[in-house]
Amino acid sequence: MAKKTQKKLTAWEIVQLARHAERPNITAYIEAMCDDFIELHGDRLFGDDRSLIGGFATIGNERVVLIGHRKGSSVEENIEANFGMASPEGYRKAMRLMKLAEKYSLPVVSLVDTPGAYPGSEAEANGQAEAIAHNLEFMARLKTPVVVVVCGEGGSGGALGIAVGDRILMLENAVYSVISPEGCASILWRDGSQAPLAAETLKITAEHLLELGVIDSIISEPAGGAHKKPAAAIASVKKAILKELAELGKLTLDDLIEQRYQKFAAMGRF
Amino acid sequence: MAWFENPAQEPLRVPTAALWAVCPKCNTYVAKAEWADACKVCPKCDHHARLNCRERVQLLTDIGTFEEINAAVSVNDPLKFKDASGSYAAKSQAAIQKTGMGEAVLTGTCAIEGSDVVLCVMDFAFMGGSLGSGTGERILLAAEKAVTLHRPLIIVSASGGARMHEGIVSLMQMAKTCAAIAKVKEAGLPYFSVLTDPTTGGVSASYAMVGDLNIAEPKALIGFAGRRVIEQTIKQKLPDDFQTAEYTMAHGFIDHIVPRKEMKAFLAKILRYAGF
Repeated sequence: MAKKTQKKLTAWEIVQLARHAERPNITAYIEAMCDDFIELHGDRLFGDDRSLIGGFATIGNERVVLIGHRKGSSVEENIEANFGMASPEGYRKAMRLMKLAEKYSLPVVSLVDTPGAYPGSEAEANGQAEAIAHNLEFMARLKTPVVVVVCGEGGSGGALGIAVGDRILMLENAVYSVISPEGCASILWRDGSQAPLAAETLKITAEHLLELGVIDSIISEPAGGAHKKPAAAIASVKKAILKELAELGKLTLDDLIEQRYQKFAAMGRF
Repeated sequence: MAWFENPAQEPLRVPTAALWAVCPKCNTYVAKAEWADACKVCPKCDHHARLNCRERVQLLTDIGTFEEINAAVSVNDPLKFKDASGSYAAKSQAAIQKTGMGEAVLTGTCAIEGSDVVLCVMDFAFMGGSLGSGTGERILLAAEKAVTLHRPLIIVSASGGARMHEGIVSLMQMAKTCAAIAKVKEAGLPYFSVLTDPTTGGVSASYAMVGDLNIAEPKALIGFAGRRVIEQTIKQKLPDDFQTAEYTMAHGFIDHIVPRKEMKAFLAKILRYAGF
């Protein structure tokens, strides 16, 4: 409740919190939220992307397939994780694991935290666009519940590539955007230093996304941001995931998939 | 002014403009009648200049069969977006005036050499063919129409990607259109994607890349990230053929490259292979 008395943060301040080096990353979530985690590697086609990981996980009493972008906690880890910028093999691995989830009737939990899909020449050659596109198409019809949590940065197509689900949750200080504020500022303002203004204009905060009907609910963070009290922040995320999984579990698969279709079909109808 | 707000490429304004067209690639002067006859393909360098969607419809469909659907779906401005050069409301109105279209895609029913299909054609002249919520809605409704009528769906893309002015709502159109495509495929219906110059960003990373067949025009720019962004990332110059249709086919993501004049016959042929 202390939060209520705090000064309202600007969009640009929230961007800084979303990108904070000490903000809990997927490794922290797995350690604090999962009683068990078996990482599953590789896309069976090309390689094993260290920027997008996944596997079997137990959250509370729920066995799930967990996937998510990976940022590191140190420079070495961040280099290995490519700062959370996934390549086509990462998106294809995610699809492979989601197919397993469907086969074993396990729900999918997807943790989003990426500046964007990796804009490298090899990623282009290996079909970054195709890999993301196929995930969008596949996730729209996946025959198992999918809960998405935007934990930090929701960077454009690279985020969306694992973010089509039945429930889209977002942390209070996460952002989710079609383009980075810096990118938007340099294109539409011809001046990268206008990023704070672009951040405001693009409406990328959880509050705005809830208003726009893009997300379903906001998960509160400890005062000052998730990095101030990671255990408390992760506990809130865990609680929210379990609540959504319990509700989605009551739906028949046909209803689940039709409701997911209608949810996305309604986006952008005003 | 952003790259996608540039006015459509027009031949140089020289006194002979009434008689001559100029290839935007090699600057060759081509007699207007010859240029039109070649469907804006340069006889010298084979450059496939951009078509507007009326020209594309004329090129691909049987005469008199195209009937527009979803014309009432137009531009939304969910963010009330304004940047250094003005409001999105004004820019989108200007695009509507300039192109005579309500959105960056034209959707309709038509016949291609006698096969009935649902056709969507994007127009780069409308804000760079960007994917706004009206664009996404038109495509979704067209896909649903294909399912209802039990017809194949064909989308001809020409787009720089998502429409920044609609922010996250634009991004969501990628998921929305792909969900609709998935329904078309689930109904056992063919979906053919035709990629023309350019097909990049959020459009290549959604419906344009998931065709049963992905078909491209020669030398069309096809890719996810922009060349400059990639060069800055890898700190190297990229080869000239990077992200061309030929490059994309060599890497396994395009089934066939088809010259413009042969596209209609090609589509008719594959429609018959698919049982339509």
